[in-house]
Amino acid sequence: MTAENLHKIDTSKLDEIINQYGGKKSNLIAILQKVQEVYRYLPEDAMIYIGTKMEGLSPATVFGVATFYAQFSLEPKGKYEVKVCDGTACHVRGSMPVLTAIKARLDLKDGQMTTNDGLFSLETVSCLGACGLAPVVVINGKVYPQMTSDAIKIVLDTLLKEEA
Amino acid sequence: MDLNINILEEQKRAQDDIKSQGLRVLVCAGTGCVANGSLKVIEKFKSLGADVSVLTDYDKMTIVPTGCHGFCEQGVLVVIPDKHVTYVKVKETDVEEIYESHIRNNKPVERLLYVDPKTHEHVMDDEHINFYAKQTRTALANCGNINAESIDEAIAVGGYEALAKVLTEGNPDEVIDTIEKSGLRGRGGGGFPTGRKWRFTAANRGGKSYVVCNGDEGDPGAFMDRSVMEGDPHKLLEGIAIAAFAVGADEAYIYVRAEYPLAIKRLRKAIADAEARHYLGDKILGSDFNLTIHIKEGAGAFVCGEETALIASIEGERGMPRPKPPFPANKGLFGRPTLINNVETLANVPVIIRKGADWFSSMGTETSKGTKTFALTGEVNNTGLIEVPMGTTLRQIVFDIGGGIRGGKKFKAVQIGGPSGGCLTEEHLDIPMDYDSLIKAGAMVGSGGLVVMAEDTCIVEVARFFMNFTQNESCGKCVPCREGTKNMLRILEKIVAGKGEMKDLETLEELAQSVKDGSLCGLGKTAPNPVLSTLKYFRDEYIAHIKDKKCPAGVCTAMKKIVIMPELCKGCTKCARNCPVGAIEGSIKQPHKIDQEKCIKCEACLTNCPFKAIVLE
Repeated sequence: MTAENLHKIDTSKLDEIINQYGGKKSNLIAILQKVQEVYRYLPEDAMIYIGTKMEGLSPATVFGVATFYAQFSLEPKGKYEVKVCDGTACHVRGSMPVLTAIKARLDLKDGQMTTNDGLFSLETVSCLGACGLAPVVVINGKVYPQMTSDAIKIVLDTLLKEEA
Repeated sequence: MDLNINILEEQKRAQDDIKSQGLRVLVCAGTGCVANGSLKVIEKFKSLGADVSVLTDYDKMTIVPTGCHGFCEQGVLVVIPDKHVTYVKVKETDVEEIYESHIRNNKPVERLLYVDPKTHEHVMDDEHINFYAKQTRTALANCGNINAESIDEAIAVGGYEALAKVLTEGNPDEVIDTIEKSGLRGRGGGGFPTGRKWRFTAANRGGKSYVVCNGDEGDPGAFMDRSVMEGDPHKLLEGIAIAAFAVGADEAYIYVRAEYPLAIKRLRKAIADAEARHYLGDKILGSDFNLTIHIKEGAGAFVCGEETALIASIEGERGMPRPKPPFPANKGLFGRPTLINNVETLANVPVIIRKGADWFSSMGTETSKGTKTFALTGEVNNTGLIEVPMGTTLRQIVFDIGGGIRGGKKFKAVQIGGPSGGCLTEEHLDIPMDYDSLIKAGAMVGSGGLVVMAEDTCIVEVARFFMNFTQNESCGKCVPCREGTKNMLRILEKIVAGKGEMKDLETLEELAQSVKDGSLCGLGKTAPNPVLSTLKYFRDEYIAHIKDKKCPAGVCTAMKKIVIMPELCKGCTKCARNCPVGAIEGSIKQPHKIDQEKCIKCEACLTNCPFKAIVLE
């Protein structure tokens, strides 16, 4: 554990979350969801701490669960979490051109998830259940319906202007 | 058993309550309509309704935020039942006009009515909108008609009446008999007879056992469970309570996808409200029956829709399937007997108890009883959530309810049952949609996702899309599924990239069989279905990609080229400004040129060119 990381992880906050769920290992997923809400990702030190502290778990088990579920991220997500739905309905109605437009606007290389300034992170999700509005993009929980490559650029431009 | 809460009295009180609300204006507050701004519409209505003295026929107006009406694409939907009107695509700025013109002066606002895509006529209400008129709603009966966050409104339309009935009669075996006799089969995809599943679990009565409701609706293109959870949460809770009573469980879990935050919020509120009124919790309705319902949020893994993987996930582990036997009915959650049913299955239970097994089995076909919800999406005029009797034909669904294909395009196929299902083509338009007919046609009901594809959808690309999905979601436990899906995907990618060879088709079929035979759970066993069914019905399209290096639908980017015709280009620079990757160069008033190396073939230039100077080669 590096000195820098020690500053970042507030173990009392982790204890609070673990206790909130009764320290039960069946609540591991819920605990990790809370931790991710705090840090916007799962810091390695937090996973090690939880795996050591909670009964019946090991850091390896925690890491195993964290890497199994798509919702968990081991690298920091952006201030704005952009999710492009690529469910069947969205795919058939053109979610890929929207994704390409976002990558181009945010200057994200293939395989890169978060922008260099940490402002935006981009991921595709399988289905948000809003198929009637396809294609759909969700930014920090807000649903943007019937997107096109032009429309999403306007949305991103507005957010970028607010941040400038 | 005598109950100390008289549900019929409660019902009467709740109904009187609704009557006293005056003119009810229902505004959809499902995920789709909220995205289209329904919360603002609700606020605006509320601000207008403050002055009740101006209403003519009513002494007051009540704005009711409801669950999903199903007609998501036409949202925001505003329904005023007493005025027999359904308004579509309502914006905040339209509210005042509806209020002034229709609510106060009885003059409907024509421009906000639904326009029939075939006759181009304005249609006033649900009874005349084909999308609704041709449906039979049971699981979705209340979705969109009641305030989803009010327990009283649920009670007014019969909520908890069935639970009170089974608790009064006090005979769990009789409940199982009724469900078995109704012919209800699992709505999550498998189609296993529900009553039989209950009986297996009930055989282990006596010790600790659980009911688990599977709300991990992971099939891309299906959202019926979301609608039930958001629009009529009490019906689901009642169904769970009846199931728990029947099998002898006192604890239940609802496993909901994390992608459904609104459903989670409404379920939490519904559980708290029901516990406060003693419809859940200890000594339900004054009986000896206790039930605690927990919510478990999923974390994004499609395989968790498989029942043993879902159990592992509730236990806090990696959601990997476990071999069966032992079946969950004997050894499930935390090693105890567990009944697992899907949301839609459980939502059918209260109405079966209330109206009887015969009423339910009078709908549907010989082996598939009752109604089924389908999520109708893709290239169809009316997209949304529908519910029809089992056995309704695909033609009725796509062309009557769905209003036909968008933009006058030609029907090509319907993908049914998501990544586990298959394609149905023109020749299947008249087969009855039930469990067994669909299996015979090489598809399956699955969860009920129906994605309509038109002539400009590339079937090979769709097969690649589904394989990419299952490959991503394969949990990695079994080698055939983990490696087989990967290799199948690699071949499909090769074909859509224009680098396929004829022998690839044989390899695909061979791999498909191995994955089907050698996988432990439903995910692997069904993963090759989309490839097999498209190979069967659209083999010539695969061959066109391989031999002629052509995509007949004009979709596969590797095989297309976008060019500017210099004789038509006026040099307006619009395309260059629209290009997301800066691939278009040229000076103003001079013909522009596309750099094919940079071009990502997004067609942004093509759709925006005012002179139609850009074409697809």
